[in-house]
Amino acid sequence: MTAMRAGRGTAGDALLSVHALEVEFRTSAGPVRAVNGISFDIAAGETIGLVGESGSGKSVTSRAIMGLLPPKTSTILGSVTLNGDELVGLPEKTYRKIRGERVAMVFQDPLTALNPLYKAGEQVAEALRFHFGVSRSEASARTRDLFADVGLPDPDGVVEKYPHELSGGMRQRVLIAMALACEPQLLIADEPTTALDVTIQAQILELLRDLVRDRGMALLLITHDLGVVRELCERAIVLYAGRIAEVAPVESLFAAPYHPYTAGLAASNPQIASRRARLPQIPGGPPNPASVPPGCPFSPRCPAALDRCREEVPPLVASADGRLAACHRTAELAAGTLSLDWEVPS
Amino acid sequence: MSAEELPRVTFTRPGRVGRLASSPLARNRASIIGLLILVPLLVMVFFPFLLAGDPNAQNLSQSLQPPSPEHILGTDKLGRDVWARIVYGARPTLLGAFVVVLISGVIGIPLGLLAGYRGGKTEAGIMRVLDALLAFPALLLAILVVATFGRGLGTVVVALGVIYVPAMARLVRSVTLVHARLAYVDAGRALGYSDRRIMLRHILPNLVAAVVVQSTIDLAYAILDIAALSFLGLGQQPPDPDWGSMLADARSYLLQAPWPALSAGFAIMLAVISVNLVGDGLRAQLDPRERER
Repeated sequence: MTAMRAGRGTAGDALLSVHALEVEFRTSAGPVRAVNGISFDIAAGETIGLVGESGSGKSVTSRAIMGLLPPKTSTILGSVTLNGDELVGLPEKTYRKIRGERVAMVFQDPLTALNPLYKAGEQVAEALRFHFGVSRSEASARTRDLFADVGLPDPDGVVEKYPHELSGGMRQRVLIAMALACEPQLLIADEPTTALDVTIQAQILELLRDLVRDRGMALLLITHDLGVVRELCERAIVLYAGRIAEVAPVESLFAAPYHPYTAGLAASNPQIASRRARLPQIPGGPPNPASVPPGCPFSPRCPAALDRCREEVPPLVASADGRLAACHRTAELAAGTLSLDWEVPS
Repeated sequence: MSAEELPRVTFTRPGRVGRLASSPLARNRASIIGLLILVPLLVMVFFPFLLAGDPNAQNLSQSLQPPSPEHILGTDKLGRDVWARIVYGARPTLLGAFVVVLISGVIGIPLGLLAGYRGGKTEAGIMRVLDALLAFPALLLAILVVATFGRGLGTVVVALGVIYVPAMARLVRSVTLVHARLAYVDAGRALGYSDRRIMLRHILPNLVAAVVVQSTIDLAYAILDIAALSFLGLGQQPPDPDWGSMLADARSYLLQAPWPALSAGFAIMLAVISVNLVGDGLRAQLDPRERER
């Protein structure tokens, strides 16, 4: 990866462009800002990882893109454009045409993401018939092709199976087939492998990689699993408390993090960190979105926090190499003059 | 209800009869018993003339006769054949109860579905109205309606139908709430399906099991409530027979001639039991997860 595409690309080549996205929920305890000014672009055919802990805003971001947030209790500000078409504020009826046909989504829990009362084939065929109005036989023929494409063994048999007769991995393949049915330009995968066991995870990741390559589709992968990101993505966006902490190509992100949070994540991940007897941990937990601390939201947990960090929110700035990070001490981190001392549990 | 404790019947060549016989509805011994009771009851409802003569034919010289070959369940105070009255009384009681459940379903299911799926103000509005209805004792409300619109089986059935709406709507709402949170609803929305399509095509079929169970319970209660209202003289009007008014009539000479009261009471009991047993088997049959077990 020589070309740096870390920053906001030009609007022309972006398939999806998210700009200054803010999502606020009205709750009984007052407004909660779950996403606080997120901007990023995805080019056609690109695979991007959206990484963060629970509550970091990654799922809310994906739902905002899909237009799936409850309109009564949430407010979306900013802009989301798909091929230049603005999606924020689109009437529900127009949005429905975009969902499925241009953007599709694969969900975390393959157990409940299929309707238990319909056969696997029926559910995929329904999507085809709904969007393209094709005949029943045409839809079932295409369903079989899709099942073969997603690597389901015995597609003709699986078509006739109810969800409870399929294994977790097979269900996830059916769901991927369902999402691919209308050949979307962008696939959002929300923790697609979290509910699966490790060997199946690897298979599903490989399948996603092949599909993205063969179909020229863009993939926005939402995950908390850095190993998955490293496996699959070209670029990663690290979210913390509803803000972008860092954006970087995956290899350099883990090799030389520009944000202490990313550094902490990498250091505490057994797949990425160098072998050590004990892995360090990031102390504390993510802030409650209803009361994010002033200044840098990561400052209470950051081993390198200065007084300035606790007062002034660091802006997301581009370094000389094009990577983005929101930290007052990025320059020191990049130069290697700042070492972070993480707590190591004994 | 687990399949393990039931004897397994194996068929060498499962044809249509074999498949039917190995479905859980048939494998479940309790629901077979329910069906065995239900079939004669249905014959009584639809073809009473096959089983008995005129239920209103009086013969005062034959008043309060004990069971005999001529009158297998004896006669009542006016010398009418109790068996014939049981047979002809099945239609108002059972069909009436069925219509009660039908009305409650037709109104209650859409209301519950809408309340559970939409939430917010829609839900609050629907549920408050239903709660108000629920606050009245069912029979009292039915009596009030009958007092307003006049007695007769039709009024009683409509009144009970409306009174049964809140129970059905509450149940449908609670099951809808569960399903609306499941990922398949989100997945449907992510595929661009409309709310209407998700409600009718995806959530509604998942409610069937719960609705069938609730309906059989309601059906049993409706039989009892119709009988109770007839007992009070508000439902079926004399001389036409129905099980509730038979009980009421027989009460005054219960000690001299218990057979009319016992017959009517036993008929009500059998109907309620069979409906419950069949409903249980039906629920299992409608769920693909149980069907293939």
